[in-house]
Amino acid sequence: MRRQLEGSQAVAKAIALCRPEVICAYPISPQTHIVEALSDLVRSRELAPCEYLNVESEFAAMSAAIGASAAGARAYTATASQGLLYMAEALYNASGLGLPIVMTVANRAIGAPINIWNDHSDAMSQRDSGWIQLYAETNQEAVDLHIQAFELAEELSLPVMVCMDGFVLTHAYEPIDVPTQDQVDAFLAPYEPRQVLDPDEPVTIGAMVGPEAFTEVRYLMHAKQMEALDVIPEIASTFSQAFGRSSGGLVRRYRSSDAETIVVALGSVLGTIEDVVDELRDQGVKIGALGITCFRPYPIEEVRSALAGAQRVIVLEKAFAVGLGGIVGQNVRLALAGLPARVYDVVAGLGGRPITTRSLHALVADVLADRLEPDRLTFLDLDFELVARELQRTREHRRSGPHAENILRDVGAVAARPH
Amino acid sequence: MFQVRIHGRGGQGVVTAAELLSIAAFSEGRQSQAFPTFGSERTGAPVVAFCRIADLPIRSHEPISEPDALIVQDPTLLHQVDVFSGLGAEGYLIVNTGKSFDELGLAEYVERFAAARILTVPATELAREHLGRPVPNAALLGAFAALTGVVSLESVAAAIREKFAGETGERNVAAAQAAYDRAVQEATVA
Amino acid sequence: MREQPIKFYQVGSFAAGNRLLDPAQRTVQARTERSNSLTSGHRACQGCGEALGARYVLDAAMRATDSRLIAVNATGCLEVFSTPYPESSWQLPWIHSLFGNAPAVATGVAAALKVKGRTDVRVVAQGGDGGTLDIGFACLSGLFERNDDVLYVCYDNEAYMNTGVQRSSATPPAARTATTKPVGDEAGNVFGQGKNGPLIAMAHEIPYVATATVAELHDLEQKVERAMELGGARYLHVFVPCPLGWGSASSATIEIARLAKETGLFPVFEAEHGEVVSVSKIRRRVPVEEYLRKQRRFAHLFGEPPRTDVIAQIQAIADRNVERFRLL
Repeated sequence: MRRQLEGSQAVAKAIALCRPEVICAYPISPQTHIVEALSDLVRSRELAPCEYLNVESEFAAMSAAIGASAAGARAYTATASQGLLYMAEALYNASGLGLPIVMTVANRAIGAPINIWNDHSDAMSQRDSGWIQLYAETNQEAVDLHIQAFELAEELSLPVMVCMDGFVLTHAYEPIDVPTQDQVDAFLAPYEPRQVLDPDEPVTIGAMVGPEAFTEVRYLMHAKQMEALDVIPEIASTFSQAFGRSSGGLVRRYRSSDAETIVVALGSVLGTIEDVVDELRDQGVKIGALGITCFRPYPIEEVRSALAGAQRVIVLEKAFAVGLGGIVGQNVRLALAGLPARVYDVVAGLGGRPITTRSLHALVADVLADRLEPDRLTFLDLDFELVARELQRTREHRRSGPHAENILRDVGAVAARPH
Repeated sequence: MFQVRIHGRGGQGVVTAAELLSIAAFSEGRQSQAFPTFGSERTGAPVVAFCRIADLPIRSHEPISEPDALIVQDPTLLHQVDVFSGLGAEGYLIVNTGKSFDELGLAEYVERFAAARILTVPATELAREHLGRPVPNAALLGAFAALTGVVSLESVAAAIREKFAGETGERNVAAAQAAYDRAVQEATVA
Repeated sequence: MREQPIKFYQVGSFAAGNRLLDPAQRTVQARTERSNSLTSGHRACQGCGEALGARYVLDAAMRATDSRLIAVNATGCLEVFSTPYPESSWQLPWIHSLFGNAPAVATGVAAALKVKGRTDVRVVAQGGDGGTLDIGFACLSGLFERNDDVLYVCYDNEAYMNTGVQRSSATPPAARTATTKPVGDEAGNVFGQGKNGPLIAMAHEIPYVATATVAELHDLEQKVERAMELGGARYLHVFVPCPLGWGSASSATIEIARLAKETGLFPVFEAEHGEVVSVSKIRRRVPVEEYLRKQRRFAHLFGEPPRTDVIAQIQAIADRNVERFRLL
């Protein structure tokens, strides 16, 4: 049914429709509305049977999910930012053990400095944890991806994280078609584990594996992710037939087939990018966009074929590899190896800084006019003077103080030092 | 596309106002989107919320930098935060206050707007009268419906009732109605 | 606890042979139908207190649940020596996740069983003192607070043994470990307040808390049985000497465990909902020195000159326990 509701509420409803048996909840902005809504659904028994665990940390949340999943229950949790890091050890454990846990990551920046707003540094930091990573462009897609995620996770026995931009999507009211229970039941069968703690057939899960076999066990994880590259489009296709709309898949092209310039991005910023593409197309600019929906495993073939015809590729991302450059940028360059396109790594939106159509227009103009250097990391909307002043302070005084406080004082957000 | 920006402080229902507006527009068969920018939960801190209404699907989630309508729920923000940023001369302006624009020190500023597009509303007083609580958002939405016609009062009322059950819903609708009537009357007089 | 008066035929030992007891009173280990949950072939050191304790605990729990038990294990000696790739000595469903999350994983397993209506299957979580009281402490407290239906067993050998005998919050004062060596004036581990797992468990007011040692194996089994009669969060703290880490003779493990009790250093008791309900009295009190001398981790106290001051401080701890828990 099509309704106007908050992204978090819609996602909670979608999760509930997937009949999770154990939900592990620890609150962190901006995921709180999801776990709160799920709590209500369990208490009102709209979602039953389901055990809702109020755990004492994100580490406990993922650990409880591991136990529940290993005991044969469909398990779910949600987190963001610092919480994702706090459960990092458990993330690797879950993927290493091959447990099909589904988790929502309401993308949020990682501190220090502490910041509750949206960027992709959290999920990107765990891109090699062995979890499948899907990024939703809209709240509708977030709803749909969660439903697909349970199917995907249980098919491959790999955990899946569905990333949706914190606040930007989680707290946005939009029209969303929330499926019915019958629709989801028809799509998603009950969980049939490949391994389960069962007194009738005892198994040992989590034994130590030495040098003789570690490589082989880890390779299996890689092989499963490679298999996901085939399974994900299949599930998206089945979903499309069942629910009547296109959601998920590996990548999504937007007006890119004859584009000379293509902007690549993940998540909600694609909406703004599509608006900009339309405006520029009206002006005769041959520009398009490519959304990467599945970031891990990395759909290198699909990215390559989508970008193969472009002269310029602008990778716009909400995180970066400190001391190196772009993360998505590196991955895109890998896909374009041997092709002549110039790739521009652009970091934007860090810590929730809005990415405006105005900035994007200016960025594209700079690229088309060769004012930007490819192969150099560009920070969109960076206030260079602010940075320069802080660097100057550090050169002048040994005890220059915390960067954040100095910059905030400079910006006027913090009171001037009393004399 | 019609873009609305709402300024206020935490606890005044700014975020809810934007949500109600989006639900009202949705019920009229339009595309709409509402979202806040705010920090950690804190009463009294400045809050901004946005609402877009259009006929085509709304894709962008960037904050509204050039609103077509501005609602200021708390006049103490007027000289503290740049609430007017991006509001063009064609725009609508509603300020929650019992004072006039003159008394607020905005006489010169509002000269650029069409008289029929600006409005002061004593929404907090209306809220106290109808709700018993100083939450001005419903009244301001009623005034918005009257001033802009972008959504109907009926849709606003339906949205309020959808979000707030029973007595609370009815009282909020009454506040919205009162502000609407007042705005219509002022427009007729002018 | 069921009791049966028996007559000792063996001089100089407190071990009661099973043949002297009613069949119904014999230990689970004495029965041919025991589960052997931790079966032979594991790689524990000779004389490992933990292996002994775990075998007794799990088989007793299996008997109490008619073999419908799932075990969750923290990283540590028990986990490592019981699953040497490619073998496993576990004959029950068993999962090892991480070092610090055994309680939370057990919480998840219990939740899954509950939601599936499998009320017949129970959960036991186990870990060493490090995994329980240090790195797993937050998760343990969470399990207690939620009263999750799990029996948590801590095998306390008073240090991080598997990684090479480093100090944990359970390491007793003056003990030598790899990170608390008696160098210079230092007499080994500090004299702090300690971190009393059983008392902390009691502070959470959970249904059942008990301590036990591998010197009294009937008692250990009975406490497991008692725990499995109950629901909710239950905690069993088992004192398990480690010959390697403590520098004691591998044949002296049970004797040293007995001495820990008889000195008063390790009180043996049961508690329910935060109140002590039964105490296992000291039979023949011994001075702490008799206990300390058998372990090279305390050898530095008996050098030239001996650290009588430190020994006196340890004796004071034992005295306080005797009074506090009414061990005599």
